[in-house]
Amino acid sequence: MSYIANTARQQEEMLRVCGVSSIGELFKDIPENLRPRSFSLPRGKSELEVHQILERYAAQNYSHLINFLGGGFYDHFIPAAVDAIASRSEFYTAYTPYQPELSQGTLQAMYEFQSDVCRLTGMEISNASLYDGGTALYEACQMAIHATGRPKIIVDGGVNPIYRKMLYSYTANLSIDFCEIPVSHGQSDREKVFAALDESTAGVVLQNPNFFGVIDNHADIVDKCHSLGILAVQSVYPVSMALLKPPGEIGVDIVTGEGQSLGIPLSFGGPYIGFMATSKKLARKMPGRIVGRTVDGQGREGFVLTLQAREQHIRREKATSNICTNEALCALRVHAYLSLLGSQGLREVAELCLNKAAYAKNRFKAISHVKVMETSPTFNEFTLLLPMDAAEAAGKMIERGFAPGFPLGRYYPGMENYLLVAVTEKRTRYEIGAFAEALEDVLRSFAPQPTLSENT
Amino acid sequence: MTPTDRLFSKTHEWVKFDGDKAAVGISDHAQESLGDITFVELPPVGKKVVKGKACCVIESVKAASDIYAPVSGEIAEVNREAVAKPELINQDPYEKGWIFKIKDVSKSDMVDLMDAGAYDAFVDSEA
Repeated sequence: MSYIANTARQQEEMLRVCGVSSIGELFKDIPENLRPRSFSLPRGKSELEVHQILERYAAQNYSHLINFLGGGFYDHFIPAAVDAIASRSEFYTAYTPYQPELSQGTLQAMYEFQSDVCRLTGMEISNASLYDGGTALYEACQMAIHATGRPKIIVDGGVNPIYRKMLYSYTANLSIDFCEIPVSHGQSDREKVFAALDESTAGVVLQNPNFFGVIDNHADIVDKCHSLGILAVQSVYPVSMALLKPPGEIGVDIVTGEGQSLGIPLSFGGPYIGFMATSKKLARKMPGRIVGRTVDGQGREGFVLTLQAREQHIRREKATSNICTNEALCALRVHAYLSLLGSQGLREVAELCLNKAAYAKNRFKAISHVKVMETSPTFNEFTLLLPMDAAEAAGKMIERGFAPGFPLGRYYPGMENYLLVAVTEKRTRYEIGAFAEALEDVLRSFAPQPTLSENT
Repeated sequence: MTPTDRLFSKTHEWVKFDGDKAAVGISDHAQESLGDITFVELPPVGKKVVKGKACCVIESVKAASDIYAPVSGEIAEVNREAVAKPELINQDPYEKGWIFKIKDVSKSDMVDLMDAGAYDAFVDSEA
């Protein structure tokens, strides 16, 4: 770890260049009462001390757990080559290019990422990434409102509750009329969604597979939206796109999602990456950076940032979005990951997830007093109904070495006994069996309740 | 030559009466300052516009600029040809490059607009 030196002599030199005699004079424009009385900084630490402190913090992570936790972020395998490519200094040290066309390699990587997103989603145009899945969904709602001039957004209850929370905090000071429709039997409640659609509706926000892992073909909702001039927004899990019908084929207008599952490690708070794809018709309403491929005056291929006129450094307060940057390095990882796997490889990952989840469902059915919810088809995530509080059971499972899943009661009142479990290609038959045995062990220490109540 | 059959605003739009409608476009000076125009976002027909307020956008290689309604009224017609060929606004800003037409215009809205001579002097004074 290197420290940036700041000796008394250097300070004097800097002050001389600034033309002031002391640090106090440098800050004299700030009224005395607004200056900090003291910075109360502890004394500097040695490199060894810093190591020891950080190691102590790192040891508090539960990174040793066998991961069955999903909820929008998944434990997929990342080939070592992804790290090797993304840590090349040509990519790693370059911050957002202020003279973008000088960085042709970076622009090409972003262009390839956009092409990946278009191919995965079956859409016409994509941007060079957003912050994460939740903020991407917010941007999609803003787009729908700008494009239609209408104020209302209908949000399906199957949309990730973390994204919904982000949506509401981002828009707390905007006059957007949100209407949330709870799911019915794990799927979008058609009757209630259709009843809520009206001439003031700008967009309907859906998710597939939804937060409960349920695969829902939203084609009927998309068609109904279009008959009323409403835009259909769908948030998707990109790995599942290798098996499911892409949103472009059912006419979705704006597709968003979290790209973490494509080569980005799980971490507390990110960095993750949002993606967005739409139709050419809506291209000018799309936020963020778009890289285009073109030819120069001599006919040579090159890459440029395009449609920048929509951005806030040009359109100021009339910009379509206030997003200022992108997730270039994460986008590069996504592209490296997808390139290494290829379309066949990604399909195999998706099939492994699907099949291992099906195996786990079957295994978990054998646990007494546990019910596997099977009202609708699922991809790699599904819900267990436990005979006890799921958050409490999760705590006991952590003690036994598992991150067992997402207790749904945290966001869905009345679903306190439901646990959302995810299975990726990384989980083995042994781990699935060990999970089942650990759960049996946890449940044994609780007196089973005579009847099970269901409310999904 | 700046045409004398119409009036100009300080934000470089022109207005020309055409029957009961007022056609609106941007001046030759404006198109030259913007550079190659790449995109026109027209206002919807039927939209009420207010004098001095932004009502549509044109994008050029240099910037995205608002077009301000030089008079109040309702959008009666828009130039779809200019959407398909935005370069018309560069090539022929006063005829084929018109942008939209406004109806229900009040004559009193015209009083502070400039004629060709006053507009040319205004452009010179800005330079």
